Amino acid sequence: MFAPVYLDHNATTPLHPEVLEAMLPYLREQYGNASSRHEYGRAARRAVDEARQQVAAATGAHATEVVFTSGGSESNNLFLKGAAASLRPGLLAVSAVEHPCIARPAEQLARQGWEVATLAVDGEGRVEQGAYAELLARRPALVSVMLANNETGVLQDVAALAQAARPTGAWFHSDAVQVLGKLELDFRALNGAGVHALSVSSHKIGGPKGAAALVLDKRVELQPLIAGGGQERNLRSGTENVPAIVGFGAACALAARNVKEYRRRLADLRQQLEAGLHHQGARIFGAGAERLPNTSYFAFPGVDGETLVGYLDRAGFAVASGAACSSANPEPSRVLMAMGVAPELARGAVRVSLGATSTAAQIEEFLGVLKGTLERLTSLTAMAS
Amino acid sequence: MKLPIYLDYSATTPVDPRVAEKMIPFLVEKFGNPASRSHSYGWEAEAAVEEAREQVAALVNADPKEIVWTSGATESNNLAIKGAANFYAGKGKHIITVKTEHKAVLDTVREMERQGFSATYLDVQENGLIDLEVLKAAIRPDTVLVSVMFVNNEIGVVQPIAEIGEICREKGIIFHVDAAQATGKVDIDLDKLKVDLMSFSAHKTYGPKGIGALYIRRKPRVRLEAQMHGGGHERGFRSGTLATHQIVGMGEAFRLAKEEMVEENKRIAALRDKLLKGLSDMEAVYVNGDLEHRVAHNLNMSFAYVEGESLLMAIKDVAVSSGSACTSASLEPSYVLRALGREDELAHSSIRFSIGRFTTEEEVDFVVKLLHSKVGKLRELSPLWDMFKEGIDLNTVQWAAH
Repeated sequence: MFAPVYLDHNATTPLHPEVLEAMLPYLREQYGNASSRHEYGRAARRAVDEARQQVAAATGAHATEVVFTSGGSESNNLFLKGAAASLRPGLLAVSAVEHPCIARPAEQLARQGWEVATLAVDGEGRVEQGAYAELLARRPALVSVMLANNETGVLQDVAALAQAARPTGAWFHSDAVQVLGKLELDFRALNGAGVHALSVSSHKIGGPKGAAALVLDKRVELQPLIAGGGQERNLRSGTENVPAIVGFGAACALAARNVKEYRRRLADLRQQLEAGLHHQGARIFGAGAERLPNTSYFAFPGVDGETLVGYLDRAGFAVASGAACSSANPEPSRVLMAMGVAPELARGAVRVSLGATSTAAQIEEFLGVLKGTLERLTSLTAMAS
Repeated sequence: MKLPIYLDYSATTPVDPRVAEKMIPFLVEKFGNPASRSHSYGWEAEAAVEEAREQVAALVNADPKEIVWTSGATESNNLAIKGAANFYAGKGKHIITVKTEHKAVLDTVREMERQGFSATYLDVQENGLIDLEVLKAAIRPDTVLVSVMFVNNEIGVVQPIAEIGEICREKGIIFHVDAAQATGKVDIDLDKLKVDLMSFSAHKTYGPKGIGALYIRRKPRVRLEAQMHGGGHERGFRSGTLATHQIVGMGEAFRLAKEEMVEENKRIAALRDKLLKGLSDMEAVYVNGDLEHRVAHNLNMSFAYVEGESLLMAIKDVAVSSGSACTSASLEPSYVLRALGREDELAHSSIRFSIGRFTTEEEVDFVVKLLHSKVGKLRELSPLWDMFKEGIDLNTVQWAAH
């Protein structure tokens, strides 16, 4: 069967074969409920405990700081709503480029008496220092700024932001879903700087969908989003998703082992990609900032992103025109709007995100197809006008 | 015969091998994010999600548009109760549920109490079933939500859902049913039942862990406040990337349940009856919960004059539980059995046997024999058993205080 070249690793990643091997026994003979006390249950519990160690090791956390959830969205919801529920309503600050699973819960909290401040970003997508300093003077109770943006890949200097927020006593959270596996992640160091929680997810790092974690400083008091059997130290009830948790653990073990080499490899591939894009006249968003090594978000002036992505799909390349969750949304990217990109140019946005299966040959081929497609689109436009 | 024998199907079931085979391609080559709209990886995943939604809806005779994916029945219960209570809070702030519900319902209702709702926890009769008159009497003008489980997880009794539905609909009260233990075991026809919200789990019906669903009625339309916000997946009811392989697994598991439940339940009923008959030979054993209004899969028995923990240790070749898995870490006697009026000793000496698709007759024979031998041995060591055999009524004994 014809399989398109997959260049959308920020949306989700193919499962690593070793992860599948780790999971299979738990989809077959090791089916116990981790809360059961008999041998089937104890075997499941041991597997969950081991995965917790693996997630902790890959994130630089202690195993007791890892709370398993069903996904990155849940981790983000759990932190924001859970922390808010244990505090008196006050000031909550989130950056203007957060994923909807931070932005929407923040709106929800606004309806419950919280004042929500949106932190402006500069033209490269980084939180503006001046605006941030002003915010801190107003003593926020909660701050959430993502480590890396899912669309642009732009990194925030979260350690510095958290450090600056320390005197306010705010709980500081960071969505690290796009960082895990691509860059080294060290919760201990970030925690030392004043970061209290990180969200990480399995399916962005070659693990299965359905598992994620909130890495949480135990001093933070959270109310659970999901009540019931009291699993995950009462922070997240529900029967543990043992196969997915085991897969997440295995993916974390691989990530921890490979991240240094992987990061270099991705950076080389992206350099090859962006040299070609640049040559063809692309405007690359956030290129002036530190970015994830795998992400390239760009537009060609006068070329509609949706259209280009459609052509590329038919030519055998799976890329994204925006974040997967809001791909159906015809509005230009919120992230690019926050960066002050003109709406006409933002409508041209295409995201290529590289991953473990990406190769130099694929990128060469992609650049060739892109060139042909752009020429075709330009001549069509010329004909139309 | 593989030891320990698994008789804890109410805690979780093995994934049916046919289900696992369906799931694996969606872990490997069909790995797309169903929310990706710009390439075939996404479309393929989305199509699989929608097919599974039809399969789940078909088992319970619902419209696929009425099915919302969640991470499991616990999340479904939380979404249903918090979502409906909050949405309809303007109409009233009283919730009715039952003392024998699963923790996922009880703890959620307790949380609503902390948020200013009031709640009534209905008693059950000695057989574990609720008395409809007691329910009617508990309804107040400000009652907005009733939550009653279909099948109890510890004693397997089937509550009169159709009748409760009539009562609630007549009064305009939202009716939620936790059906985690019901799918594949009892017929569920949501076209007939006047149920507004129903929670489902995959891993109690030979599907994978980590996936469940909530049925949300469209006619008459029931509205909910979402509990998980973000990308707006599941028509805004529940944001978060859909775990395609798990959803495909749940769909296939429910498809198999629909196809095979009639035959399977006959076979399981025969095994349960064999187990019951085999254990009833012993003196001073009691079945907990109604035997008639009960799923075929469950047998919950108390073995008087035997300490439950010691019994569990003695029969470790059989994987069973003394309560639900979620509360099994605590040594408290089961709150479900206490709600039936069982005194602590009997509640303490109870065992839940839950039988399923892969249970064999040979295994049941083994368990009967093992129980006879181990219960006999433990009783030999029990002074209470000696007194009982001497005809002393233990309830009249004045125990010395220590």
